[in-house]
Amino acid sequence: MSTFPISIPRPTNPTGVWNWITTIDHKKIGIMYGITAFILFISGGIEATLMRIQLAGPELDIVSAAIYNQLFTMHGTTMIFLAIMPLGAAFFNFLIPLQIGARDVAFPRLNAFSYWTFLAGALMLKLSWIGGATDAGWFGYAPLTSIDQNPGTGIDFWIISLQILGIASLAAAFNFIVTIINLRAPGMTWMRLPLFTWMSFITAILLVLAFPIITVALIELTLDRYFAFNFFSVANGGSVVLWQHLFWVFGHPEVYILILPAMGIVSEVLPVFSKKPLFGYATVVLAGAIIAFMGWMVWSHHMFTVGLGPVANSVFTITTMLIAVPTGIKVFNWIGTIWGGSIKLNTPMLFSLGFIAMFLIGGLSGVMHAVSAHDAQQQDTYFVPAHIHYVLFGGAIMAIMSGIYYWFPKYSGKMFNEREGKLHFWLMIIGQNLTFFPMHFVGLDGMPRRIYTYAEGMGWDLWNGISTLGVFILIAGFLVMINNLGRHWRNGPIAPADPWDARTLEWSIPSPPPEYNFKEIPIVKALDDWWITKQENPEKVASIDEGSVGYSDGNHGIHMPQASYWPLVVSVGILIAAYGVVFNNFIMPWFLAGIGLIISFIGVYSWSLEPVNDPDESSSH
Amino acid sequence: MSQTHTPIHGEEETTSTGLNHRKMLMWAFLGSDCMFFGALIATYLVYQGKSLVGPYPIDVFDIPVTSVSTFVLLMSSMSMVLAYAALTKGNMKVFRIWMASTAIMGATFIGFQIYEFSSFSNHHVHIDCMNQSHELTAYEQELYDSGCKDGVDHIDSDSGLKPKTNLFGTTFYTLTGIHGAHVSLGVIWLLSILLLSFKKGVITPEKNLDVDLAALYWHFVDIVWIVIFTVIYLFGVFPGF
Repeated sequence: MSTFPISIPRPTNPTGVWNWITTIDHKKIGIMYGITAFILFISGGIEATLMRIQLAGPELDIVSAAIYNQLFTMHGTTMIFLAIMPLGAAFFNFLIPLQIGARDVAFPRLNAFSYWTFLAGALMLKLSWIGGATDAGWFGYAPLTSIDQNPGTGIDFWIISLQILGIASLAAAFNFIVTIINLRAPGMTWMRLPLFTWMSFITAILLVLAFPIITVALIELTLDRYFAFNFFSVANGGSVVLWQHLFWVFGHPEVYILILPAMGIVSEVLPVFSKKPLFGYATVVLAGAIIAFMGWMVWSHHMFTVGLGPVANSVFTITTMLIAVPTGIKVFNWIGTIWGGSIKLNTPMLFSLGFIAMFLIGGLSGVMHAVSAHDAQQQDTYFVPAHIHYVLFGGAIMAIMSGIYYWFPKYSGKMFNEREGKLHFWLMIIGQNLTFFPMHFVGLDGMPRRIYTYAEGMGWDLWNGISTLGVFILIAGFLVMINNLGRHWRNGPIAPADPWDARTLEWSIPSPPPEYNFKEIPIVKALDDWWITKQENPEKVASIDEGSVGYSDGNHGIHMPQASYWPLVVSVGILIAAYGVVFNNFIMPWFLAGIGLIISFIGVYSWSLEPVNDPDESSSH
Repeated sequence: MSQTHTPIHGEEETTSTGLNHRKMLMWAFLGSDCMFFGALIATYLVYQGKSLVGPYPIDVFDIPVTSVSTFVLLMSSMSMVLAYAALTKGNMKVFRIWMASTAIMGATFIGFQIYEFSSFSNHHVHIDCMNQSHELTAYEQELYDSGCKDGVDHIDSDSGLKPKTNLFGTTFYTLTGIHGAHVSLGVIWLLSILLLSFKKGVITPEKNLDVDLAALYWHFVDIVWIVIFTVIYLFGVFPGF
């Protein structure tokens, strides 16, 4: 079938870079997500380091106030949208098809589109440092973002790149929802689904429902800035509080979008290294679903000091305290899992245990400012960054590190160095507590967040100095990690299929998995099916590595979806259009935006008319 | 059980639930779009009655005209159903006729919307200060109170409703404009399918999923309009409704 409207020969068995650019293999896309997000994580870390250096002592003058504002805004936006979310997406991509016994995701080309669009949004946001980045805080409160207060292009870049990242996240979320519902192997019933897949499913539903709300908020802000609409214009009766509501109705589910995948990772790691099934599997699943549901009822706890009144504040205090219950259930289940197990304290396990401890501290400070009266004392002080960093760094990042080490043999096919892994863990746990714990003290002591410097003699000097010292320990930890994993990805010892004696299906295939994942789609008989299979036939493990199952000889007539250019073309069109919105007077009004839209349109048409497999390439046609 | 090859086309896929991938994605997308319109309608309602200056909904809305365009849009949903039914029965000619009429009715709705936007933005108020032919709206009363002084026998006021005029203009044009963009996209989609149906073997009684999905989207956009027409137009003109 000829492709319309323009015809480009389809990439057939591309090599080198083109292999990665045109790939629609979920494992490769997962690895690209992971590496890109890790680089962006480092960039967000550099922004944080500059801020900590500026705050190391009183009245330092290393960065200006204007740059400092850009630093904290970009740091927050980067870490949330460009680091933790896509690191989660990396795991979704790599693991979900493997865990449910599928050959790929439901829409492989849409998956490639998600990655390229994410990359477009990321590039756009980070490149906005040239010419002045956004400086209104990561939640961009009106009227700091209005055209009068903030005429530069920084805010425009922030708005448009968040919209693009939203498209990428939504496309990915649709894809994973359909994949998990529809591509489960025979016998993989809902209550046999691995916990990580469960949490990913819940996260995808949250994404689908929460992202449209920030999309609307950003559209309104765009119309205000570009066409003088009145949404957030107080002079014309607009309300700046509306922005806060829209932002946090999205923003609080977003918190669970960040933490649920982390909880999923920990729920995979703990049972494996405790040699016990997850304690109360059904309860952990249900607690995750309840967290996601209740996550919609707590948004105004971000706005306790706005003046919504005692009734609203009381209601949101109660709902916020209630959401600690399902979270607590999970923590108890994790403790129940390791209780009495034969615990193996290796790197992934240490990180998961560290997660529980750090997340618990963040959870407790969360319950503290769930009390609206108490929160009035903490609002906009360093106590809040202390909380969010215990939850998102001590929580999400620790769990992601656990996952990076735990699945390293699977995605790289090599083993990492255990001693260096443990060193990374200890540097990280010491570094983060030195960095973030003192923020509780200076916060309760009244140090406001987002200030670029502070006077001497406030009693904040020592604690700020310690915080900055902690950052350098963290940096040392990450250098150890990069060295360890980078070196061993190339030259490490070959990993067996199932180095950890694990429980889920991804460990029943070789490391790294072949392109088609499973030669035969497994038939699932129980929760932790691979573990049970091993108990029944212990010789089965050895046979994968010896190749007698026959995974390595050709691809057995398994037809995988073919590579495609079109997802990339659509993403490039979106990137051009996005720049066209920011520079809307380049050559002629809306010139670039129009060009970008036309490219995307051609891409969408050609994509939808391109068969998943070309008939002449496929014997089944 | 060994599955030796991955099925190729949407219609042939074997899935855990028996439901088609693309159809499920469409439902997920519609769920997402519900939240999208929900947030837009919520914004409209939050700002309802908060405009500092006129004109207000009662000044510009012309319920009979919008009722006609609403009727046209709802009828297009019916012709969409008939198109799909004709396709599944294998009657390609009738299918194409109903597809074309669905697209035409969608385009007619957009035409009405363009007319409506331009008439709202050129809204003009004439008040005879000496004897009033009709009961004044709140906005006209404001104009009357400020304009009708001694020696003035009538007021002619350019009272066009523009997005920047007031909160009503801002929220109204945003909400209905984005809905109009959805309808326009739907028209392009329907026409694309109509064109494709002339190509052999692309749209057949068995391969009807493309039409099915477009129909789902089309009905969704219609349902959203029912909410908009009720909440924004009818409640705006009949406050006690």
